[in-house]
Amino acid sequence: MKEETIYLDNAASTKVDERVMEAMEPYMLETYAVATSDFAYSMGIEAKEALNSAREKIADRLKGDSGEMIFTSGGTESSNLALKGAAEKLLEKEGKDHIVISKIEDFPVLNTAKVLEKKGFEVTYLDVDQEGFVDIEQLEGSLKDETILVSIQHANQEIGTLQDIKKIAEICEDHDVLYHADATHTFGRVPLDVSKIPVDMITLSSHTIHGPRGIGALYVREGTPLKKQMDGGFQENNLRAGVENIPAAVGFGKAVELIDEEENERLEEMRDRLIEGISSKIPDTVLNGPRKKRTPQNANITFQYVEGESITLHLDMRGIAVSTGSACFSKSLEASHVILGIGGDHERAHGSVRFTLGRFNDEEQVKKVIEEAAEVIERLREISPLGKGGE
Amino acid sequence: MGMSYNEKVIEYFKNPKNVGTLEEPDGYAKEGSPACGDMVSLYLKVDDETREITDIKFESYGCASNIATGSIITEMAKGKTIEEAKEITWQEAAEELGGLPDLKTHCSVLAVDALREAIRNYEERQGIGEEKRETTQEVVEERLTHVMNPMKGRDVMKTGLIDSVEVEDGSITVNVALESDHQFASAIKEDIEEKLEPRWDVEKVVVRFVGG
Repeated sequence: MKEETIYLDNAASTKVDERVMEAMEPYMLETYAVATSDFAYSMGIEAKEALNSAREKIADRLKGDSGEMIFTSGGTESSNLALKGAAEKLLEKEGKDHIVISKIEDFPVLNTAKVLEKKGFEVTYLDVDQEGFVDIEQLEGSLKDETILVSIQHANQEIGTLQDIKKIAEICEDHDVLYHADATHTFGRVPLDVSKIPVDMITLSSHTIHGPRGIGALYVREGTPLKKQMDGGFQENNLRAGVENIPAAVGFGKAVELIDEEENERLEEMRDRLIEGISSKIPDTVLNGPRKKRTPQNANITFQYVEGESITLHLDMRGIAVSTGSACFSKSLEASHVILGIGGDHERAHGSVRFTLGRFNDEEQVKKVIEEAAEVIERLREISPLGKGGE
Repeated sequence: MGMSYNEKVIEYFKNPKNVGTLEEPDGYAKEGSPACGDMVSLYLKVDDETREITDIKFESYGCASNIATGSIITEMAKGKTIEEAKEITWQEAAEELGGLPDLKTHCSVLAVDALREAIRNYEERQGIGEEKRETTQEVVEERLTHVMNPMKGRDVMKTGLIDSVEVEDGSITVNVALESDHQFASAIKEDIEEKLEPRWDVEKVVVRFVGG
């Protein structure tokens, strides 16, 4: 039998936990009605209760109110709703037209901002330092009367950098500007408390924490001006039309319930072992992102003199799944905008490999990955014309 | 052509042939750059009597299709005369590999370019072939199509990075549409010099950055 894949691409998506599957099943086979009003038939009322119970579990994790939680089809839709919804509403209402994001945002925020820019909004793209931290002074300097919203991620999708979200939120609050944070890579993994941190909107994802795909959420603080983007019925506080995906919502709620601090500490230990193991065993590596202030599940390392697609392909042949910031690997043939954003050159992006851990990884796997990576890198360096002293 | 690699490509990727360098090669070329994500170095030994390629080695910094094409092209060229080897096309190399994904054309063309460049380098050293041709503006522009624009992954001519070229009495000035403090300025300058300086009638190469 083929040995099981060591899956280290958990930032892309995760294996659904069986307990999540079990929690979802009844809402497809037994309680399959839509969420009805309290005055309709019992199956619909039960469905509604399940939906709202899931909503509460998710809101509780953020210390928010369940009425502030809007289910969407996923993180991408959540960020679209946050940026477009706020931008359109405040342009209409107050004539404002300026948005601020960081230049290393993930594509849902980055490309939504670019679309708004084409439509006439002004967008400021904030620089980040070598570890991926947003320039706080530049942020403050960029805010003006016309600024609608700042969108800066809680943590980076590629290099795991954890932003000082409290500081950012407070600056936005002081300037009376909305703040949206994409928390796709931190929700459940890194605490975020909306009763203490004045974030207005937060993008949340289910499939990055062993929940199902096709569901996500947007936390919307009460009173946040937002224009509905998906028109139709009056679901989700009249902010997102469409029949609710109750089985997926229930699964999302279950996934949140299953994450605990112990698991996050375990991931952090494995992450550290991976980083230390690779950098001590393999010469000429560079850690991308900060050493400590990063998500517990993320390690991103550049192997100098070799190219990422070749590394991932070799690792794949050894049963290890990872991703790379190399242009060759991407569908667009563009090198990682994150590695370039932190001041790295194309070579650093091309040789970068992202390892992201999840619930189903263990210490044994980490050990194996370090060993296999060392062999693969040595082999590829033998073929490479670079790094042999002559260059 | 499909989107992923076939078994033959994977086999060559796993076990590439003719990897390495040659001491005192008769011909040498380096195509692409690390910044573009792909680079191939190619070394030739050529029999001066028969003009046959007696030994050939390559090294690759690149993706699987780059490594596989580098390997197949060295096998195809070995034993051929330089005239025959010059005729090997990217399509033939790709066919020999059972096809390559469309998206990977650039990475594999590089290996074919490296072979042609190494042969040209041999001819330059020998003072044979068309290389006794005078270095005119057209020749310079042709040579510049072998210099990569790291921002685009294509050459500097096609991507409009060359503002203008001046050729006068063995002295060549290339004006590049970039700021001199641009992150790729020095890499591009080196690459341009490397492509033009070996020419028999070139005495001086000046690369100027005139702003984008």
